[in-house]
Amino acid sequence: MPASTDTTFRNATIAVLVENEAGILARVVGLFSGRGYNIESLTVAPVDEARRLSRITIVTSGTDMVIEQIKAQLDRLVPVHKVSDLTLEGPHLAREMMLIKVAGRGEHRMEALRLADAFRARVVDATTESFVFEMTGAGEKLDAFIELMRPIGLTEVSRTGVVAIARGPGGLQA
Amino acid sequence: MSATLKTETEARTMNGAEIVLQALKDQGVEVIFGYPGGAVLPLYDAIFQQNAIRHILVRHEQAAVHAAEGYARSTGKVGVVLVTSGPGATNAVTGLVDALMDSIPVICLTGQVPTHLIGNDAFQEADTTGITRPATKHNYLVKDIGKLASTVHEAFYVAKSGRPGPVVIDLPKDILIGKGPYSEAPKTAHRSYRPMTEPDAGQIRAAVKLLKGAKRPVVYAGGGVINSGPEASRLLGEFVRMTGMPCTNTLMGLGAYPSTDPQFLGMLGMHGTFEANLAMHGCDVMLNIGARFDDRVTGRLNAFSPNSKKIHADIDPSSINKNVKVDVAIVGDAARVLAALVEAWREEGAGQDREAIAGWWRQIEGWRETRCLQYRQEGSIIKPQHAVKRLYEITREMRQETFITTEVGQHQMWAAQYFGFDRPNRWMTSGGLGTMGYGLPAAMGVQIAHPDALVIDIAGEASILMNIQEMGTLAQYRLPVKVFILNNEYMGMVRQWQELLHGSRYSESYSEALPDFVKLADAFHAKGIRVTRAEDLDAGIREMLAHPGPVIADIAVAKDENCFPMIPSGAAHNEMILAPGQAGGVAGVTDEGKVLV
Repeated sequence: MPASTDTTFRNATIAVLVENEAGILARVVGLFSGRGYNIESLTVAPVDEARRLSRITIVTSGTDMVIEQIKAQLDRLVPVHKVSDLTLEGPHLAREMMLIKVAGRGEHRMEALRLADAFRARVVDATTESFVFEMTGAGEKLDAFIELMRPIGLTEVSRTGVVAIARGPGGLQA
Repeated sequence: MSATLKTETEARTMNGAEIVLQALKDQGVEVIFGYPGGAVLPLYDAIFQQNAIRHILVRHEQAAVHAAEGYARSTGKVGVVLVTSGPGATNAVTGLVDALMDSIPVICLTGQVPTHLIGNDAFQEADTTGITRPATKHNYLVKDIGKLASTVHEAFYVAKSGRPGPVVIDLPKDILIGKGPYSEAPKTAHRSYRPMTEPDAGQIRAAVKLLKGAKRPVVYAGGGVINSGPEASRLLGEFVRMTGMPCTNTLMGLGAYPSTDPQFLGMLGMHGTFEANLAMHGCDVMLNIGARFDDRVTGRLNAFSPNSKKIHADIDPSSINKNVKVDVAIVGDAARVLAALVEAWREEGAGQDREAIAGWWRQIEGWRETRCLQYRQEGSIIKPQHAVKRLYEITREMRQETFITTEVGQHQMWAAQYFGFDRPNRWMTSGGLGTMGYGLPAAMGVQIAHPDALVIDIAGEASILMNIQEMGTLAQYRLPVKVFILNNEYMGMVRQWQELLHGSRYSESYSEALPDFVKLADAFHAKGIRVTRAEDLDAGIREMLAHPGPVIADIAVAKDENCFPMIPSGAAHNEMILAPGQAGGVAGVTDEGKVLV
């Protein structure tokens, strides 16, 4: 059937193994903006210095046809080695890390610490009037913690965006 | 012996400019189209000191890229461009996007300010790799002379393999001056870019099964068949004839299937023939080879060929299921796909429903009887269609190797409709980007590659002015290109849309204050001819063709002629507008359609 009837959106977490070279991130981001695709999260870091490989994790959404198109467009970039649709290809793990600063005194301060404990956030910096918590987990868990901190002194949030990997023994190889 | 040679090559140290030229020679380059400037002076100095590679000095960098495109499209080789930094590179951008949209292999060497000045807003500095990233298939900024030779070799591989396209290599001046080692093209595969060219056997079988069962099949072939090389066109002919199916070509694919063959339906799409578009609309199985379901071809997507199973073969997986969802997807090079189809058909093709296919042909013949390209040439005013048709007929009589380029607009569509092509690589037009000013420089590139051939730029009076400066290049290199202007004193396609969609309000589409093209030709050391009456048309064409040098033939044609058939934007294939006086469906343009270009 024609494209116009295919309207169900889905989320996709896509892992892309690329040459670690200048301009590769601009290529990927330019592709998304130029073709009007959504980016909900994008992370990148070198994963194999010896073989000059970086891994990009992109969370996006669209119709099946659009997501297939995104993968095909990524795959035809010259410095791209592999593209993997983690959402489609089986169970996967997705995690995000956050540093969150909460300032306050007295009961607010104690409440922040108790909630952090319940959420398994770690204190990585403390002053008499503030904490910085480090927290890792699924995006929704991080969202929930931010909402809880808001009324008790939320000052600043820094999040990494999603990194993801497939479950099981298989691996994404160049 | 070979080991010694290899060590000698490895030990060769040259400056960057010499490395670039050596790599070009090793890649088989014979011609560069370029324009000098400060940042590329070292390369021009190296060019001066050798004779293996010829440099053609254009008059504007955009023209250098179009010339390289014309060269590439008429030879199947990679076209090479050399421009300076800053404005040299930005002027080339239109040409690069044109080559990207039409999948033409081009290498564009751009000068750059020295590496230590990059980012300083130095004189004639532009972020060339940033600007050309979405304008190219790939681009490089060379910051290490040790990687210069390998980068040039890789660029050629990227430009011509898979779906071809333009590649920019940005060359800082210190890299061109510095000394470094030369290395030959690597024998090993590219680290990450390895396009699939061999089709999957299962998909070929699935395609043949669908085609074998078809009662109303159609083959729709595009530029991918041309890009794959002449063998692909030969195989397309073989496959179409062995299956007895009708075949239509896209604008980019003209020449892939012989226009004079009875199984050819003509071009399809917005200005395609009645029979081609209705065959696409009514078919039950469609085989698309090397075309991309472009919006000019499909018309309104949700009404595009509603009852067919679709097979799509393309070398670029991202072209498949982009606009139109297909039933069988084949990733591969057109020639290999066609070879596999021919072979599979020989083995499994028997058992076609010949009766149904004969009925399908009867239906097609009925559509053909509409004679959608018929026009009436009466009186002295020259119909533009007639001018192209006579040009075609007279050049055919001459039996000379003929190449046609065009600018963009009505004249381009008339050229596509009335000039027949029986072989690939003879037709050069700006399809995807629709770049006015393409035809003259492209013709230059074609003529450089084929010095003895007849090269004609079918032009409009507005488009031709966009790169008219290249008349100087024609004169300098004695390139006998013929510029055949259909002069209706309007940007004709703009005028046509204004007539059909905007209440005949001809906003800014009149070609006011045109030059005297005969005097203009004279000023550029060319011959100028002006024809204003139908009875003088043939003589004018013959005079143009007989002249050994470049000619501008200014043909005054009917001013208000529209190009038909036409599928208005937002309409379906079966809602074509035909020329007045022809029977057929007539559609109004909806507001949704007006939004489309």
